[in-house]
Amino acid sequence: MPTKIEKDSVTGRETTGHEWDGIKELNTPLPKWWLYVFYACIAWAIGMFILYPSIPYGTGYFKGVLGYSQRRAVDAAVAEVAAQRQASMDKIAALSFADIRKDPALLEVALTDGRITFATNCQPCHGAGGAGRPGYPALAAGAWIWGGTLEDIQQTITHGIRSADPDARQSAMPRFGADGILKPDQIQAVADFVHAKFYGHPPLAADIAEGQKIFAENCAACHGDAGQGNPQMGAPRLASKVHLYGGSLETIVSQVTNPRMGVMPNWNTRLDPATIKALALYVHSLGGGQ
Amino acid sequence: MAVSRISKNDRRIQLEREEAGDHLYANRVRVYPKAVHGMARRVKWAILIACLGLYYVMPWVRWDRGPGRPNQAILLDMAHERYYFFNLELWPQDIWLLAGLLIMGAVTLFLVTSLIGRVWCGYTCPQTVWTDLFMWVERLVEGDRNERMRRDAEPVTFDTVWRKAVKHGVWLFIAFWTGGAWIMYYVDAPTVTVQFWTGHASAQVYFFTLLFTATTYVLAGWAREQVCTYMCPWPRFQSAMLDDQSFTVTYQSWRGEPRVRGKRHEGEAAGDCVDCGACVTACPTGIDIRDGIQLECINCGLCIDACNHVMERTGRDRWLITWDTLARQAAKKAGRFEPIRLIRPRSIIYAGVLLAAMSALTVALALRPTIGLSVQRDRAPLFVTLPDGSLRNGYTVKIANKTQADSPFVLSVAGLPGAVLTVSEESAKPAPVLTLRGAPDQVSTYRVLVTARPDHLPEGTLPVIFELRDGTSGERTTYKSIFMGPATYNGGPP
Repeated sequence: MPTKIEKDSVTGRETTGHEWDGIKELNTPLPKWWLYVFYACIAWAIGMFILYPSIPYGTGYFKGVLGYSQRRAVDAAVAEVAAQRQASMDKIAALSFADIRKDPALLEVALTDGRITFATNCQPCHGAGGAGRPGYPALAAGAWIWGGTLEDIQQTITHGIRSADPDARQSAMPRFGADGILKPDQIQAVADFVHAKFYGHPPLAADIAEGQKIFAENCAACHGDAGQGNPQMGAPRLASKVHLYGGSLETIVSQVTNPRMGVMPNWNTRLDPATIKALALYVHSLGGGQ
Repeated sequence: MAVSRISKNDRRIQLEREEAGDHLYANRVRVYPKAVHGMARRVKWAILIACLGLYYVMPWVRWDRGPGRPNQAILLDMAHERYYFFNLELWPQDIWLLAGLLIMGAVTLFLVTSLIGRVWCGYTCPQTVWTDLFMWVERLVEGDRNERMRRDAEPVTFDTVWRKAVKHGVWLFIAFWTGGAWIMYYVDAPTVTVQFWTGHASAQVYFFTLLFTATTYVLAGWAREQVCTYMCPWPRFQSAMLDDQSFTVTYQSWRGEPRVRGKRHEGEAAGDCVDCGACVTACPTGIDIRDGIQLECINCGLCIDACNHVMERTGRDRWLITWDTLARQAAKKAGRFEPIRLIRPRSIIYAGVLLAAMSALTVALALRPTIGLSVQRDRAPLFVTLPDGSLRNGYTVKIANKTQADSPFVLSVAGLPGAVLTVSEESAKPAPVLTLRGAPDQVSTYRVLVTARPDHLPEGTLPVIFELRDGTSGERTTYKSIFMGPATYNGGPP
């Protein structure tokens, strides 16, 4: 609290009356123009209140004389970008994969569009960057079940695998155990053979010839004599370090007895052809493309 | 700061009080500085012409950089993120050089202020330079101090009105020219001039031209000393740089006091000061230098010129007001001699820091690399196992080519024997060394996949070094990164 306003003997100015430990504050008034600038700011604020959306009331708000709306501004900006993007997407739809890859600027648009589409639609199952997880193929590894060319990938995304689409990729692994085609000890023998021969682990049985025989009779038709797989019919490659359901002996036994067969949706009902093409380019670029 | 002498009848305080009455806010005391002639004024004119000349002419100076490239000597091309200073081209990545330059500027200011006071304020500060120019225009149109004061006090006449109109017109023209010159440092000067007058310049060009026109007109025409006294932070902390060995504009009170106006009587004590007030009327900030060193004083020395003129006319020695130090003044008052001490701990420290900053900046500029490499490892997936058991990591590689040559760049990885590289989009056959195109004057981005062969697999995290070589100049640069595999690798996932 101001106590005593007095005149300072050295400067001839009055003090504010504030005193701290004997130190007194001189009264140095602010210039008037500074005050006027403050008033001008208030006037400016009133102007903004009138021009722009400002005062809320009950169920709504005063919308301002200019009728400005940030949501409309955002919508307009988004529409502008969408129009720009549409030009590129039209080109992607019209050109062949080879021609898109010859145009670095267009390829960049396609890869960006593909990356965003992948993150929204594919990542929940296939993992970020196409890392894959048990039951969901690793797209970055190049262990393709249905082929890894751009056209193969486009086809898989468009129509899906075992989906409702009439052109979906179809394949079925026989239920060797559940349907009684092979007996449990035969399944054990063939699994031991696959685990040892193709997965590179020491065999449990002293002799894997029995397993090899069962494999040649029942499995080689689709998976190949050397376990190389067959992308034409969606038979996975067995001679690999990357496996759809894991690499343990138990998994092989389980998969031969009563196979799990995953479903990939057909994306033609949700994505337009140009976006699917961009997505195929992106998936191809993850590192597994052929 | 010690204060040599403070008058109880300080003219400024008196005027403020008269104007303000009992109000909480102070009225502005109008300053009508009187024209002076002398050494300080001549130096001020010379610096003013040099500074303004440089400012207005510089954007028009051309500099050949080859076809298709800007040919303006100084151009801060914001749109393309390139900054040209004669033969130097800087990228946004070089912004730290600006920090170095600002440090140098600040320390230079400290050094100069500690030696010779606020000469920056009095001679080279843009606020002072443009205010001086505007005052010169004002004197040409409206006359000197007395004439202007008379006109402002009298009722409004046609003569006053047309003179004020002309004055503000000329001010606005100068302000517009100033704002226009400013924008020319950011866009090509001849191009923007044509665009401006044909209505084809961008909205930013018009906005900033008008903005700087307005600020110049208001600050140099209307605000003037109010900027120095109330807005600028420099006067507030300059006392930290000054000591009693710093040269400042000083009234030699031991010689001038007691001041006697008019006829002097025999036997009466009388100093050299004739109390004519010439030093006060000449002051652009409206203070009385005889009250000692004060916040408002910008050290311009116009009061020295004014006083010297009076001293000459009254047959006294010049330099009653002079540049001197507080220590020397105290000694002179006591009849002693005090040497000039330019070299003292303060100036040695400031000069040392300045020298260090200058050397560091010069070396940094000279050794500035023309290529840059930046490698960012993919976070997901951490690594990819390939069907043959190899491990692969992905990296986003950015190659900055600051030269004009369309160079092939050679990228390799050290620390991972037998590793092969490929660019992900190209699905070319992996090779131990990649040759990538680094477009001239650009940053080129590639997603590079590094594959470690099954017989050379790392365990856990392995430090690797990416090495980039410019195929044209042979310049090399490296970037440290890591290569990741499973924490315990036993020949493949289970």
